[in-house]
Amino acid sequence: MFCEKAMELVRELHRAPEGQLPAFNVREDAEDGLRQVLEEMKALYEQNQSDVNEVKSGGRSDLIPTIKFRHCSLLRNRRCAVAYLYDRLLRIRALRWEYGSVLPNALRFHMSAEEVEWFNHYKKSLATYMRSLGGDEGLDITQDMKPPKSLYIEHFLPRWKCEQLVRQGVLEHVLS
Amino acid sequence: MTEELDHTGQDSDADSEEVVLTPAELIEKLEQAWMNEKFAPELLESKSEIVECVMEQLDHMEENLRRAKKGDLKVSIHRMEMERIRYVLSSYLRCRLMKIEKFFPHILEKEKTSGEGELSSLSPEELVFAKQYMANTETYLKNVALKHMPPNLQVVDLLRSAVPKPDLDSYVFLRVKERQENILVEPETDEQRDYVIDLEEGSQHLIRYKTIAPLVASGAVQLI
Repeated sequence: MFCEKAMELVRELHRAPEGQLPAFNVREDAEDGLRQVLEEMKALYEQNQSDVNEVKSGGRSDLIPTIKFRHCSLLRNRRCAVAYLYDRLLRIRALRWEYGSVLPNALRFHMSAEEVEWFNHYKKSLATYMRSLGGDEGLDITQDMKPPKSLYIEHFLPRWKCEQLVRQGVLEHVLS
Repeated sequence: MTEELDHTGQDSDADSEEVVLTPAELIEKLEQAWMNEKFAPELLESKSEIVECVMEQLDHMEENLRRAKKGDLKVSIHRMEMERIRYVLSSYLRCRLMKIEKFFPHILEKEKTSGEGELSSLSPEELVFAKQYMANTETYLKNVALKHMPPNLQVVDLLRSAVPKPDLDSYVFLRVKERQENILVEPETDEQRDYVIDLEEGSQHLIRYKTIAPLVASGAVQLI
């Protein structure tokens, strides 16, 4: 059935847990998921071209439903392929925020060359934005991902200095 | 705490408000913008003046700390305050960037078609970022897939296909800051009809975002 391979690509990502980046579906042999989808699209298109000619010159209007059906398959193939590629980009984007601008090698091997290029453009764009935020070096918003944990700072201070602040609730006496 | 800083009041941007905010008021405005942005389903107006002033504030605080006596208790407390402010500011800007990336075709389209007087939802730097993000993504999709597809299928209208729009019908919690009368609430289903409500100052509501979006922009309500 048409679009089988395209659906498989989508399913592969759907199965991968949130945030995980499976290896890009490219292998040395012919089992290249994306390439298969593109090949199927080429075949469908060529069949449609020839049928359209038949309809125009040979009056074969009975071919029209098939032409429409192939066109739907073409659209579906494109939609699945774009969804697969775009979803991967989103996962790669998340890696910048998780791991910083240098990705661990293991992850990089799961990315195609074009994905690595996208990632490099993305992190450059992000760096430019952060630098523009003012001050000397801008603001690194990939830091401070969690609210500051220490509401209380451990300090060794003479009690008389702190007592008033403890009463005001600004400081807490931590016994550890 | 921030009232104790020994520097003169804030200088807002020359071309926006003439109101001068105290440091405490500035941070309050930042926190309000932060919460609104967190809970609104769409990207809100850009608040560059607040961002700039807060960055300046952080610089001042850093300078004061450098001059202060080491080991002075005030130093730790001010540093704590600085971390807190930096967290809120970073979180606010992150939230905006995430929405920009999430809805980029729709946001860029709106920027293109918005009129002269309308307030932009993107700061100039965010606009550059958004355009680069779009160009990067379009180039990638074209090179990896689209240019290998049949000629009549090579252009994907990203606006309509791949990227969803923000869901303005999602529900939000809010607190009313300024009393509002005669807010029209549109029905969700066909069986219901429009009705009109008043929002009393200080009251809290759970309501569809679309109904009150302009009130968030005007500051009449605060998302919580």
